Amino acid sequence: MKVSIYRYNPDTDREPTMKEYDVDTQGKDLMVLDVLNLVKEMDPSLGFRRSCREGVCGSDGMNINGKNGLACITSLSSVAPGVKEGKKALVLRPLPGLPVVRDLVVDMTMFYNQYEKVQPYLQNSTPAPAIERLQSPEERAKLDGLYECILCACCSTSCPSFWWNPDKFLGPAALLQGYRFLADSRDNATEERLARLDDPFSLFRCHGIMNCVSVCPKGLNPTRAIGHIRSMLLERGI
Amino acid sequence: MVTRVTSVTSLGRNGLYDWLIQRVSAVVIGVYFIGMLAYLIAQPNLDYGTWKAFIGSVPMQIATTLLVLSVAAHTWVGLWGVTTDYLTSLTFGKSATGVRLVVQMVIALLLLVYVLWGLVTIWGGA
Amino acid sequence: MSIRTITFDAIVVGGGGAGMRASLQMAQSGFKTALISKVFPTRSHTVSAQGGITCAIASADPNDDWRWHMYDTVKGSDYIGDQDAIEYMCSVGPEAVFELDHMGLPFSRTEEGRIYQRPFGGQSKNFGEGGQAARTCAAADRTGHALLHTLYQQNLKNGTQVYSEWYAAELVKDGQGNVCGVIAICIETGETVFFKAKATVFATGGSGRIYASTTNALINTGDGVGMALRAGLPVQDIEMWQFHPTGIAGAGVLVTEGCRGEGGYLINKDGERFMERYAPNAKDLASRDVVARSMMMEILDGRGAGPDGDHVFLKLDHLGEEVLHSRLPGICELAITFAHTDPVKEPIPVVPTCHYMMGGIPTNVHGQAIRLANGHEGQDQFVNGLFAVGEVACVSVHGANRLGGNSLLDLVVFGRAAGLFIEDALRQGMTQYEPSNDDIDQALSRVRRWDDSKGGESVASLRKELQSTMQNHFGVFRKGDLMHEGVSKLAELRERVAKAHLEDKSQSFNTARVEALELDNLLEVAEATAIAAEGRKESRGAHARYDFPDRDDENWLCHSIYDPLTKQLGKRAVNFEPKTVDTFQPKARTY
Repeated sequence: MKVSIYRYNPDTDREPTMKEYDVDTQGKDLMVLDVLNLVKEMDPSLGFRRSCREGVCGSDGMNINGKNGLACITSLSSVAPGVKEGKKALVLRPLPGLPVVRDLVVDMTMFYNQYEKVQPYLQNSTPAPAIERLQSPEERAKLDGLYECILCACCSTSCPSFWWNPDKFLGPAALLQGYRFLADSRDNATEERLARLDDPFSLFRCHGIMNCVSVCPKGLNPTRAIGHIRSMLLERGI
Repeated sequence: MVTRVTSVTSLGRNGLYDWLIQRVSAVVIGVYFIGMLAYLIAQPNLDYGTWKAFIGSVPMQIATTLLVLSVAAHTWVGLWGVTTDYLTSLTFGKSATGVRLVVQMVIALLLLVYVLWGLVTIWGGA
Repeated sequence: MSIRTITFDAIVVGGGGAGMRASLQMAQSGFKTALISKVFPTRSHTVSAQGGITCAIASADPNDDWRWHMYDTVKGSDYIGDQDAIEYMCSVGPEAVFELDHMGLPFSRTEEGRIYQRPFGGQSKNFGEGGQAARTCAAADRTGHALLHTLYQQNLKNGTQVYSEWYAAELVKDGQGNVCGVIAICIETGETVFFKAKATVFATGGSGRIYASTTNALINTGDGVGMALRAGLPVQDIEMWQFHPTGIAGAGVLVTEGCRGEGGYLINKDGERFMERYAPNAKDLASRDVVARSMMMEILDGRGAGPDGDHVFLKLDHLGEEVLHSRLPGICELAITFAHTDPVKEPIPVVPTCHYMMGGIPTNVHGQAIRLANGHEGQDQFVNGLFAVGEVACVSVHGANRLGGNSLLDLVVFGRAAGLFIEDALRQGMTQYEPSNDDIDQALSRVRRWDDSKGGESVASLRKELQSTMQNHFGVFRKGDLMHEGVSKLAELRERVAKAHLEDKSQSFNTARVEALELDNLLEVAEATAIAAEGRKESRGAHARYDFPDRDDENWLCHSIYDPLTKQLGKRAVNFEPKTVDTFQPKARTY
């Protein structure tokens, strides 16, 4: 099958190019990461990140035939009709909107900076008990759909608001984690957390187009979390 | 660290208020137009006198004033968003802030003229 | 050649659970600490741990006792786990787990609001007399993910300096063999730097990638073990590799033991629940070595499923959709993605798959690395400046077979313990050993070797050959002659790897260079494994030999010690002296 991959090595290339490879998949419905590994056997200079190869570490987020996803859990048959059969090329590009370091590797600094801005750690000013802080199953259930984020950046880099203002709009991933701590019954820094989200950019640049929801490889819903934060801000503000 | 835009020119100076302004103004605009549509349907043989009496009545004067202010506020918040998305250092480099400020001033001026003109039309008598 | 030097009080190599728990401890006390990780920390392999962290927090059973957990662990280790270390882990465990809750780890909950605990293999109440226990604290089936992210978040909060995507290539020692720090390469820029520190903590994880089929991440290449062996330091019990009973057939992806804890069970091609024959009491929750061997016997006896009869099934559908989706949501996702099977409707095809390295760098409970006075024999000595925690270390709490859920406990307890010890040592004044320029040059020689290579075999083909050699010669069942052949194949591979070629010598994010350096480490671990496996002439825990089918307590109730300089295998005594409880004497091990 034909694979077309974005190549750029700052040491040697003045500008990026798309390079074509012919890969023998033996008709199998491989994962995109398997295809990349086959390409790397032919051309070891190809750069991409990977680690767990089972969709939990978030290393191999990339743009696959126009849609962001994790290479390791995206099968060829799910990319687009005809890709697995070799009738249509598999087209791989780095995540959009972040600076390219090399080939499919992007510089995630801006993404991580936004994550850090939501102070993604539990804050509780009361002294901890000798055992765990008790939490009912109902309270714990509020964290489902939030804590599972793997920081792959597929969502934020599919969001135009993040493309235009990656320094000021926190982006769906960071906001999802922001809400994960707002929703945790063990956290009591709600007021401080909300106060930091009240400017015109950090949260309110979300226009609800839900690209984040459509690409999230873990099936999470950042738009809903953003809506919850907005409701909390509204309650606090009026 | 890139900083592409600053937020000093936002209307509410605060995301929540900008957001609220846009929602509330949208509701005003929506209600006004639905009301207007209902009136027009209910008055199939509308003539100038009836129309003038209706639109010149004090409740309608107040409603239209609200409409004009809402359209202006809605436009400002919306276009402010558009300018801070697209007129940034990404597209205009170092001159981005200048370009954005000029465009925003033109928008503000137009809206101001529009509001004043609207108020004169509504409350000007005649 | 002089390279840039960056100086810290302590450096931690590896950003998984153990490394981040250690760095957190030291950052909290204000010491200048660097965390060096070849991947962004939350991409470390701890993230893949599913089922949970085993610990007697007395939630599921208010009368639970850490001594029962200790008994299970000693028995699980087939009696070559050090009892002082196991005692420490099981007794300190609850404190370490409650800390994790206070840090924000989203544990699943009971109706009482306490941490949810599920049954896991090899767990019992009342020293094996009280039936199955439920002792594994879980965050659904994503406990490792929840743990790793929580620890990263705490490191952010406490200002640990993280060198993310820096690859540690070699230990730097002074002329006396004291450890002074590491050479590391910034993957993004290619810059090579000497990180100098009073304490160097290895938390580099396992090395499952020496096998062709493994549940381990692609990054698990035994970098810490490789560096230690090249530095002439010994490794302990390295022949002990755990094969997890339930890796998805073909894909190698892990399916948690928690599935069986929640009531799932294994069936052969005839639909028979065969574990009832092999382990009449514990059945599917016997310890992992027992279950993995039973599965292989079924397959070898012709009762395996599939066109090649090469796997068995894990049946879960009887648990019902609600339980599966609330307790095992991640497993449902993985099974659909990698086995094209929905566990709500059909059983998952599974096969024993390489999972965990019980052996590693020998340490005490404080993480201090140990070597023997005369290579493979003699008195214990500390390696000054070097510490090891987590999978790369052999404390040893897992002995010949690790119990499910004990690895996450190992990470946090010993990561924390090493942090506490180093904090204290730094306060009292630790020595910074100074290497000469020659010492640094020596450490750089391996990186230079690859950079100067002009032709030869490719890294990918050699790696493949190494992995299939390990798979075929050192799998679940082992045989003397087959292993002997494997050892010579590896010796030959060593010569070829020494002449292999790195074609891409560019600086920016050169993953080919990283993979070449990793290949050296894979080879070190593989060879040590092979020689130790051939040398241990008995069957114990995960090490099962056709030619020596029985446990031999007379000769082998001890650790094996592999000395890389002489390639000799020696013995080291197991600790049978816990401080607060009576010694657990070796018994026949049945489940």
